[in-house]
Amino acid sequence: MAAIEILGLQKTYSYGFWRKRHRVALHPFQLSIEAGEIFGYLGPNGAGKTTTLRLLMGIIFPTSGGARILGRDMQDPRVKAQIGFLPEHPYFYDYLSAAELLEYYAQLSGLPARDRKRRVEAMLQRVGLAEGGHLQLRKFSKGMLQRVGIAQAILHDPKVIFLDEPMSGLDPIGRREVRDLIQSLKEEGKTILFSTHILADAEDICDRVGVLHMGELRGVGSISELTAGTGGRVEVHWQGLSAMAAVAALGIECRPVGDTVRCVLPEKQLDAVLDSIRRSHAHLISVSPVRITLEDYFMQQLGPRPAVVESAP
Amino acid sequence: MKHRNVVTAVASCVLAACLAGAVLTVTQLDRFRYDTAFSDSLYIPSPQVVKRLSLGYGGLLADIYWTRVVQYFGGLHHEKSMSYTLLDPLLQITTTLDPKLTVAYEFGATFLAQKPPEGAGDPDAAIRLVRKGIQANPNQWRLYYNLGYILYIEKKDYKEAARVFEEGSHVPNAHPWLKIMAAIMAQHGGEIGVSRFLWEHIYQSAEDKSIKDNALNHLVALQVDEQVDYLNALIREYHQNTGKVPASWFEMISAGYMEKVPVDPTGKPYQLMSAGRVEVRDPDSLPFITKGLPAGAAPEIAPGVLQ
Amino acid sequence: MITRISYIASNTFREAVRDRVLYNLIFFALLMAASSILVGQISIGIERQISINLGLTAISLFGLAIAIFIGIGLVSKEIEKRTLYTLLSRPVRRWEFIVGKFAGLSLTLLVNTALMAVGVFASLFYIAHRFTGADVYVLVAIYFIVLQFLIVTAVTLLFSSFSTPILSAVLALAMFVIGTFAEDLRAFAAMAQGVERYLALAAAYVLPNFASMNVITPVAHGEAIAGRLVALNTLYALLYVGAALAAAVVIFEHRDLK
Repeated sequence: MAAIEILGLQKTYSYGFWRKRHRVALHPFQLSIEAGEIFGYLGPNGAGKTTTLRLLMGIIFPTSGGARILGRDMQDPRVKAQIGFLPEHPYFYDYLSAAELLEYYAQLSGLPARDRKRRVEAMLQRVGLAEGGHLQLRKFSKGMLQRVGIAQAILHDPKVIFLDEPMSGLDPIGRREVRDLIQSLKEEGKTILFSTHILADAEDICDRVGVLHMGELRGVGSISELTAGTGGRVEVHWQGLSAMAAVAALGIECRPVGDTVRCVLPEKQLDAVLDSIRRSHAHLISVSPVRITLEDYFMQQLGPRPAVVESAP
Repeated sequence: MKHRNVVTAVASCVLAACLAGAVLTVTQLDRFRYDTAFSDSLYIPSPQVVKRLSLGYGGLLADIYWTRVVQYFGGLHHEKSMSYTLLDPLLQITTTLDPKLTVAYEFGATFLAQKPPEGAGDPDAAIRLVRKGIQANPNQWRLYYNLGYILYIEKKDYKEAARVFEEGSHVPNAHPWLKIMAAIMAQHGGEIGVSRFLWEHIYQSAEDKSIKDNALNHLVALQVDEQVDYLNALIREYHQNTGKVPASWFEMISAGYMEKVPVDPTGKPYQLMSAGRVEVRDPDSLPFITKGLPAGAAPEIAPGVLQ
Repeated sequence: MITRISYIASNTFREAVRDRVLYNLIFFALLMAASSILVGQISIGIERQISINLGLTAISLFGLAIAIFIGIGLVSKEIEKRTLYTLLSRPVRRWEFIVGKFAGLSLTLLVNTALMAVGVFASLFYIAHRFTGADVYVLVAIYFIVLQFLIVTAVTLLFSSFSTPILSAVLALAMFVIGTFAEDLRAFAAMAQGVERYLALAAAYVLPNFASMNVITPVAHGEAIAGRLVALNTLYALLYVGAALAAAVVIFEHRDLK
């Protein structure tokens, strides 16, 4: 069963004095995320990632369409006990300490009293805040707040976790820790949907990604699927500098590395290059297709789309 | 989707029910509070204190107290109450808060002075109030008029009334009427024509409806008194000519003394009682009459004002 | 359901305490102490009156200030600071949030008022060296003040659910002033004619009615308060609070909280 099913979710904002002007924040789209997946929701700032998450949490209401989480309608209150959410730039009641805040959230999530204290301590431990538990939140740094945010999202052992820019504000160590945490959550059988505009974070851990741009879902799939297109290029690696001149004469850029040469060339020139290498009696090491990077794929998706019509509300 | 609609539906019902209930409770509260609503005014040590506490919003507060005056008097008057103890304090507070609220002085002049149930029966309080008004508004000729009227009608002090009218006539833009009143007051004080003149002027110039209606009642009363006098004169003549007292109007009509049954200004026929007394049919609808009252009833205005 | 509401309520109370709201009690205590001593020295025969008038008026004004200043932020602050988002991702219903916030602020006001009441009674005891039978009516007057607080809190919360803090404060204050003169407003409305009459009457009845709850002056003079008035005022407060909260719930239920 799909853990998260987005069914034609759409959000249009009306503004202006008479509410006549419209801005489509999210065009209707379908998306299905399987249980146990780590799904990366990618897109530049303002693409609509946060809007999607807010719709799923019931913070704002869709103009049309809906979604199902764990088989139930997203607005069903029973769903809420099974999900966790980390908002973007989290801010918490600054008059509470981290432990008090988590205790409060545990109460509201319906955790029984005897479990709460134990779980709160375990969570603080898990996100690396064991020492700061009794400091007032107003004294926390951005990174510490981020950790508290993650703690409250997983406090009640939810099955599906939504994280909006979980790595933001963290140093490389912190980011590594969060990545590891997300991995371990997946190993516990949880489904994680996290949004980010930093591709490197997604590349390491995501099973699948989706690219969102200007409110439209442009592409969904595993990273290897999306970057499968070779773009028609191959990389040839050989030993023996003698062939370099001949290959360069074909208009191909070559990079000497020690006594080997690497060059990237269009597939149709492959035969000519292999010939040059054989004639020079150079030693062929490898021929491999060049995959595009995720970044390339990403930038492709952000390119202009022909004839995109803004749907009227 | 569904959960949200359920909550909205329930909350809307609660809203409607609670609001309706609240409005009903308010009506109950108003009914319950009517007796005590004004008594707060008794506890205020002095109007000056209220003015100080009003922090510069005296005008608005005066308007609020003025509404209370109207409510207070109107409610009690409707029930034909014989006691209006709070009228003077309320008016004093109102006029201290806003000394230029002329209608308050006029109201007091009328309804503080008249005898119950048409007023509080305290002409001295009325005089005090209007004198206060004149001090604060020396160019309001109408206040001299009000003062003169109290002196004339309630205190029967024609000399002082004439003096006040005279003083008032010197105010710039005073109605020329004041000078006329000063003149005739001295000579003809007490005559019915003067009274009629006075009430007619009040009726025409008053803007407040209750003052206007009151003046109309006085005019009607004067008319009744005149008519009763006239009828009595006819009855005396009949007696003189026939040697007996008429038993009914029809006797007098067939004898040619009148053409039809006489009616009072409210349209009800006069009653011809035994022994030739004339009575009005419904004394309660004609306050202020001094003639034509049932035997034993005291007139509301002391006799002697009109001969 | 009830437990979630109570958790939100107690957190709201905790917030007020940690925001040092209860420090206003210090000023109140100083005020009552100073006036008691001063009045005890002057001895003009109306010490009791002054004490009650001053004490109850202070309770009323302090509490009103708290109700409005905290009330305007009850909802808008949580939206602005986004603390509401992590709340809504939990099994908390939007309406439970509204009711819980109301309960929390009401609790704060109740505690604040109770402590102030102790101060007033202490002052009365200091002046008269004993408690009299009429003192129970002082308690009734305080109870009526608390009812007013509940209504003001609910109304302020209603405004806070859709309006900016400053506008909420202005409107709530205006409603309080108008509500104090509600009886006069109804009298004004009854004297009007035509369409204006119905509009004015509608406004006069829908706006909150505080006139019947201001018994400070009679109580200062030792007057008794009728039981029927207590019952009617209580009923009115419950109904009005219910209406205001219901309206807040309806508005909040449909709002995009961004």
